[in-house]
Amino acid sequence: MYAFEYHRPTSVKEAAGLAGQAEDTKFLAGGHTLLPTMKLRLAGPANLIDLGQIAELRGIERSGDTITIGAMMKHAEVANSAEVKEAIPALAEMAELIGDPHVRNRGTIGGSVANNDPSADYPAACLALNATIITNQRKIAADDFFQGIFTTALEEGEIITGVSFQVPSQAAYTKFRNPASRYALVGVFVAQHADGARVAVTGAGSNGVFRVPAMEQALSGNFAPEALDGVAVDESEMNSDIHADAAYRAHLVGVMARRAVQAAVRR
Amino acid sequence: MTATGIGAPVRRKEDQRFITGQGRYVDDFNRPGQTHAYFLRSPHAHAAIRSIDTGPAMIMPGVIAVFTGDDLAADKIGGLICGWMIHSKDGSPMKAGPHPALAQGKVRYVGDHVAVVIAETLAQAKDAAEAIVVDYDVLPAVVDTAQATKAPAQVHDVSPDNTVFNWHLGNKDDTEAAFARAKHVTKIDLINNRLVPNPIEPRAAVGEYDFGTDNYTLYTTSQNPHVARLVLSAFIGVAPEHKLRVIAPDVGGGFGSKIFIYAEETVCVWAAKKVKRPVKWTSDRSEAFLSDAHGRDHVTHAEMATDENGKIIGLRVHTTANLGAYLSTFSSSVPTYLYAPLLSGQYDIPAIYCEVDGVYTNTAPVDAYRGAGRPEATFVVERLVEKTARELGQDPAEFRRKNYITQFPHATPVIMTYDTGDYAASLDKALEIADYRNFPARKQESARRGKLRGIGFSSYIEACGIAPSQAVGSLGAGVGLWESAEVRVNPTGSVEVLTGSHSHGQGHETTFAQLVSDRLGISIDQVSIVHGDTDKVQFGMGTYGSRSGAVGMSAIAKAIDKVIAKGKKVAAHVLEASEGDIEFKDGRFGVAGTDRSMAFGEIALQAYIAHKFSGQDLEPGLKEGAFYDPTNFTFPAGVHICEVEIDPDTGVTKIERWTAVDDFGVIINPMIVEGQVHGGIAQGVGQALLEGAFYDESGQLITASFNDYCMPRAIDLPSFQIGITVTPCPSNPLGIKGCGEAGAIAAPPAVINAITDALGHEDIAMPATPQAVWRAAQKSRMPMAAE
Repeated sequence: MYAFEYHRPTSVKEAAGLAGQAEDTKFLAGGHTLLPTMKLRLAGPANLIDLGQIAELRGIERSGDTITIGAMMKHAEVANSAEVKEAIPALAEMAELIGDPHVRNRGTIGGSVANNDPSADYPAACLALNATIITNQRKIAADDFFQGIFTTALEEGEIITGVSFQVPSQAAYTKFRNPASRYALVGVFVAQHADGARVAVTGAGSNGVFRVPAMEQALSGNFAPEALDGVAVDESEMNSDIHADAAYRAHLVGVMARRAVQAAVRR
Repeated sequence: MTATGIGAPVRRKEDQRFITGQGRYVDDFNRPGQTHAYFLRSPHAHAAIRSIDTGPAMIMPGVIAVFTGDDLAADKIGGLICGWMIHSKDGSPMKAGPHPALAQGKVRYVGDHVAVVIAETLAQAKDAAEAIVVDYDVLPAVVDTAQATKAPAQVHDVSPDNTVFNWHLGNKDDTEAAFARAKHVTKIDLINNRLVPNPIEPRAAVGEYDFGTDNYTLYTTSQNPHVARLVLSAFIGVAPEHKLRVIAPDVGGGFGSKIFIYAEETVCVWAAKKVKRPVKWTSDRSEAFLSDAHGRDHVTHAEMATDENGKIIGLRVHTTANLGAYLSTFSSSVPTYLYAPLLSGQYDIPAIYCEVDGVYTNTAPVDAYRGAGRPEATFVVERLVEKTARELGQDPAEFRRKNYITQFPHATPVIMTYDTGDYAASLDKALEIADYRNFPARKQESARRGKLRGIGFSSYIEACGIAPSQAVGSLGAGVGLWESAEVRVNPTGSVEVLTGSHSHGQGHETTFAQLVSDRLGISIDQVSIVHGDTDKVQFGMGTYGSRSGAVGMSAIAKAIDKVIAKGKKVAAHVLEASEGDIEFKDGRFGVAGTDRSMAFGEIALQAYIAHKFSGQDLEPGLKEGAFYDPTNFTFPAGVHICEVEIDPDTGVTKIERWTAVDDFGVIINPMIVEGQVHGGIAQGVGQALLEGAFYDESGQLITASFNDYCMPRAIDLPSFQIGITVTPCPSNPLGIKGCGEAGAIAAPPAVINAITDALGHEDIAMPATPQAVWRAAQKSRMPMAAE
């Protein structure tokens, strides 16, 4: 790890101010990507702004048919939240599937969404649950927010303060883990909303998280596993590595989508 | 059996300190004035070094010194050695290329040692390493085992086609004749996948030099500190043997990878004198992936001949073994004498012929890893036996039974003479525990759910208790493989055992104490086991090859016998009886036919105060030593049965049942043995389903972290059903065969035999990852789901 300056602001305004003044800054949330990268000397920011002491980034709130989760809420807190379990049990279950207990008690929703790791779980939930990413400057629809692997609509110095999810009538998330890392090799989040079904896939796409319009169309007519028979994703848009090539990933998207719908309708 | 004697499931004495964080590992040692070493490693698999400019690094903050291979050469520090000479078929010695501790003119794998920075802090050493300017001329790399001899790249000048040796064992003519008259020949092509050992504690070293006494001290993560001292002094020339103290304190797992003498500890000892301060190096996990000696990496074609009665009459095997870029300490012995002599398995095979080509590649050195050669042999034999049974339409259990060796001793065509065993007894017990009879019903039930169920056997044998010194000497070993022990009885009757064995997870502090408790009738709390320090312990050979029970404890038993004999002499004086009338029983020396007796501790005190005998007639004191050289290898054997269920939609293989019935001879502590079996199976399952070290074409290790290299986790394993059969080993005084490697040897073929049974075809390689199994399942005829 290279040496860096450590800052610990107590408000979003202070954090944004620090980011505006200092050179070469990074925001630190749970740190589960940033810190290992720094330890391996693959990243060496001059200034680290720890968001962990900012009270306004915490909390979970239900309002009508949306539920808003503060950016610094940890995965374990989301998994165990009575409000989340009641409103969107699939979201609580997804949070429970992230990493291991250590990860779930450090990693945060804001960090995961901002990082947009191609195998992270939250981006799929955001797309399927028609989420809105709330920052200190604006509100961004999830559909506009995720822009490819490790790329988002966030501007330099912009801070995610929370994520609002639309409460679906039915939803489920099914994940096929990479045997080694336990990240999603393929994760499929399906949700049935009043205005139709949404299907979002993480881990599989060569350009990061994506929605599957053909599956959404099929499920909007009939939210049942058999509606997906014969509906496939395009293999040429899938990622390929030593654990899974594009054909296997494309196949797994179909299997995981059917299993997710089955889990959703059985709930 | 006493509460703490042989056979008692005593809780491990050492666990209290380990689980409360009181263990003391090499990295826990911090010496006054200590500096930190960081090794600059090659980013290229193969390159000539045009120049190294250390100047910019030398002026970095905190830097004390930067050394390269030239500095080692200037001090006449020798290269690392391979301690086992293998001769090719034509009688020529193996082609051993130079193995400098720091590169001299060339780097040969990613992670090879280019230079070392010694600095006040580790961070400063890392910063400075980045400032070293190395001008590389990148050369083509050879990576693929099977193609190594045909590759344009040449790893060492001494070996133009990258061949280290073309070795063979067995009788070619007899084997050809057997195949000529065979009714059926079964053929198989196998890859034994390359593995990274990954002990939980990475390697580490602290070197120290005392200018007052001219003594060197090395704290190191070693399974064999005396062997490390011998190699560092006699061959590498870092320090004279009597001036070098090697300490291997608590060591967190080795699996073979800490047998070897590596560049890092060599440099730490040498540099400590150069910079006049202690030098510490601790591997991080990334370095461990790149530079710990890897395991396995064989490509094999094998054929099995059977006659009209389904009797195996011949086996021929050709293996190409990847030895990596350099010959590590015992690398040459692993795919030769630790491999081919096990190719007879548990079977009466009259003719066997095996050829092994050892090859260099631009990859990390490959050496012994849990099982070392024996898992590779067992994989060949057990896959081939299973496939033969299938091709002959025979039940795989009964085909094995028909071909088992039943008469002992049994001389195989590949050197070994098996001393004892009852293979059918293990098979019967395993079939019972595994409920083999009802497997077809379970398979049907799985099929109803759209799942593929399979069952696989592994009827393994291994050669442990390594090894009779004369025998291994005649096969090329540079050392003898006896073990030593010293039993020091204190005046209070407590006992210190100094052993040449080294515990790094095996639980010697408990099991060795159990032996003493059993023989001397004292509590294990009265016994201390001392190991891992060349200043305390007499020369010993260390721990590997499941040898510490069969060889190490036999040495202790021999020394205890001498202690008892001496005690009888003392007792004869004290009890005023003739020595021939003294009996030692239940911890007391007594006069036969009388009620006169004294406790072991009382006689110990008498031995030291020497008031009751003349010091001229009998030496005071009670301390005896022994060196034990085994008369044969030991042959643990057993039957493992794995039952899997495959989800053909995802390719996920779930191990539903695991039965292990092992014959380890006499067992000292059944709880510890069970733990060894569990760990071994976990590693074997890891090899079969999860683990694989892969290099890309340019020689970059693409599975260089736990993100991509899949270690077995508890969730990957079922609860094991374990059974034991016992035929005591006749060739050592305790009847012990050894248990440390059995699971890792038995498990891979059991898993793959189960998967191929489920798939209905043989086309799957290790690791059988979900992707590989999914693809293989596409080829299988899907079971008809019940309507």
